Order: sequence, then C-alpha cells, then structure tokens
Amino acid sequence: MVGKNCFAIASDRRLGVQLQTIATDFKRIYKVHDRLFLGLSGLATDAQTLYQRLVFRHKLYQLREERDMKPETFANLVSAILYEKRFGPYFCQPVIAGLGDEDKPFICTMDSIGAKELAKDFVVAGTASESLYGACESMFKEGMEPEELFETVSQALLSSVDRDCLSGWGGHVYVV
Amino acid sequence: MSKSVIETPPKGGFSFDLCKRNEMLAKKGVNPPSFRKTGTTIVGLIFQDGVILGADTRATEGPIVCDKNCEKIHYMAPNIYCCGAGTAADTEAVTDMVSSQLQLHRYHTGRESRVVTALTLLKRHLFNYQGYVSAALVLGGVDVTGPHLHTIYPHGSTDTLPFATMGSGSLAAMAVFESNYREGLTRDEGIKLVTEAICSGIFNDLGSGSNVDICVITKGGKEYLRNHLQPNPRTYTSSKGYSFPKKTEVLLTKITPLKEKVEIIEGGDVMEE
Repeated sequence: MVGKNCFAIASDRRLGVQLQTIATDFKRIYKVHDRLFLGLSGLATDAQTLYQRLVFRHKLYQLREERDMKPETFANLVSAILYEKRFGPYFCQPVIAGLGDEDKPFICTMDSIGAKELAKDFVVAGTASESLYGACESMFKEGMEPEELFETVSQALLSSVDRDCLSGWGGHVYVV
Repeated sequence: MSKSVIETPPKGGFSFDLCKRNEMLAKKGVNPPSFRKTGTTIVGLIFQDGVILGADTRATEGPIVCDKNCEKIHYMAPNIYCCGAGTAADTEAVTDMVSSQLQLHRYHTGRESRVVTALTLLKRHLFNYQGYVSAALVLGGVDVTGPHLHTIYPHGSTDTLPFATMGSGSLAAMAVFESNYREGLTRDEGIKLVTEAICSGIFNDLGSGSNVDICVITKGGKEYLRNHLQPNPRTYTSSKGYSFPKKTEVLLTKITPLKEKVEIIEGGDVMEE
C-alpha cells in the first residue's frame, strides 16, 4: 500500500500444505535492496527459487551498473522471468514495492505469468486476495503518514486473513 | 570425476523446463493459479484523416476485477498503436516484443514503420504458437501508404477492415458500429462513435468496465486520450475514512536506518605518480 513518500508491504506468517500447518513464522517478504522489497505468495518452493534467481540477477546488475535497480526496472525483470515460463509457470504471484527517484513509492503485482498490474493505491495477492481487495478498498486513504499507514495495512491484512482458512498466524509488516 | 552440467544462459523465447513438474503437481491436486485476462471491449475505426482506437480499462482475474484502470492500448511505433484482448501477460509480451523488433527494423531501414510490417510480425509469432499465446489484437496506424486497421486472432488469422471490434464486449460494440458507421467521418464524430461503442461494451458486458481510453492516429501525429471518459466514478466514498481506536498488537519492532549515501568530495588528494 502506498502512503506519503513511503510504502508498506505486509504478509501473513502461515506456511501450510493444504489444510495442515507446517510453520507459523514463515517469511514471505524478501529485501532486494534497501529501498525495494519483494513479497512472493503461492507455492513456497517456487517463491524461494524465484527469489534466489532474482537476487542473482540483481547482484549482477549491481556489479555492472554500480548502483541499485530502480523498482520499475525490477518489475520488468520479474515480469520477463515469469513470462519465460509461460507454458510451465512458477506457481507464485509476486508483489513488488519500492521507493523510486525522489522517494516516490512504486507498487506493482503480477499474476503467475508476469502480467504487470501497476496501481497508485494498493495491490494484493494470495489466497485471501478477494477479501483483501474489499478491505483495502474501504480502508485506503490518500497520503497517509507511516504510522497511520502501518495501522491501516495491519488492520486490512488481519481482517482479511481472519476470513481465510489458508492464511493466518499474524503478519509481518515492512514500512519504508 | 564430476558430471558437470553446463548452465548455458537462456537464448530468449519460452523455456519449458517446469512443464513436467507442473503436470505432476496437478495430479497431486495443486492446480496452477488462474491467469489475468483482459475480458475486454476493444474497437478501431478509420475516419477521414486516420485511425481511432478505443478500449475499456478493466482487468479481471476470474470473477474479480483486479485492475480498475489498466492500459490496453499499447505503443508499437510512433505511428502505430495496438489494443489487446485475451490473457494480459500474452498481449503485453507480444506487443512489447514486436515493438522492439519494429524499432530495430526502423534503425535498419531508416524509414517509418508500416502497419503491415507489424501485422506480419504479430501473425507469424501467434501462428507459430498455434493459438496457445492467447492474444486477440486490433492493430491500427497511419503510414506512407495511408491509414490501416487490422484485427489479429490468437491463431494467427488477420482481417483488414474499416471498423473492427474484439474481446468479450465485441458484439455490443459492433452493434453500435454497424448502425452508425459511415465513410468519411470527422475526428469529433469518430471519437463520439468510438466512445459510444466502448460504453455499450462497458455497460452491457460483464468482462468490460471502468473508463474509456481513446487513441487518435493521423498523418501529423498521435493523440492518446487516457481516461477520455469516466462513466463509472466511485460513489459513496466516506469522507471520514476509517479510524482504528484499538491499535494493532505489535510483537516486535525493528527500525533499520538506511545507509547514508557516500559523499564524493571534489578535488580530493591527487595520486602521487
């Protein structure tokens, strides 16, 4: 979710195999660099593989360009990597959030084959995405400060995962 | 003696190495996630000075609207634009790819791109994948030979028409075109007709909605009217918004200040020879 010169990215903490819970503190949001975070929902093994591939590409980029990747560029990279597997896709949906030039927040989500969806307010992904759309749509306000943004994101996340059996056990929230 | 597997960098194009695994997972009951479609109304028409393309702005994921304001009119060349319906990733990827190929072709030949070049590149790619790349496109542009409008179906067949509609709302839009289209429309009449056609798709088709995007291409240049009409504004927004008196229970807070950027001092010590 986007705020005033900041963004927040949140995920739940449950890892499960259909109805059985395997872990209650699973980290789904990964840091790519200080101002760019990536959340990956879906099959955990694909999420980890995809994250390792992307970190590899980002490190190569850092070596070549001697700077961090911009969020828009990173979103294009993720989209290309996912579309490459169009006919045998990775089973995960990424949520990308970063601060671009002049601290302008950038958020984007994709489906599992890389169709980018840029938004100015919020993006959602995962099993509870339908409830999340509803919760975020009503709770979002323009230009929220970090504290208020944190509160809004947590409330939206918690209320939506409470209505979904496959998500739960609290949440991790990153506000940048 | 180690059995080394040389990892060659991918040559581009599709890679099918996860297909077997996905089949195995499907048998075990893990179904692949659904793709985002653009269940759309896209239209194009030729008027006296050029081409007008129009599209709605709704992207759906099953029955849910995932993007209320997405862009379906894609840039191909300064004088050629393309609207896409079908699977969102396919239309975006195919139009980006052909746009880059057209740019390279422009550098190669030193001339403005022609609409038939874009048409042939698109239809060859789509036929190659026998309709599995699910992109239905309306391609329009003005080049040295005049204004052109084409439709391209996912299996690779094309039509050249004076007015065309594609997508789930195509029947609603075609009804409007068939009753009101005539040769030699002026710019304003053309825009009005395209807007009417898209609106009929928006209001009568469940897969299309939100706003109307228009792109007018003439010999002189192009005009991209993003959100030309917004017939579906959000009603009943609460001005107070939500307030949460009972705060979220925080278990752990970790604040990491970001590293300060390194200051470059001009005219530092000169290296001794």
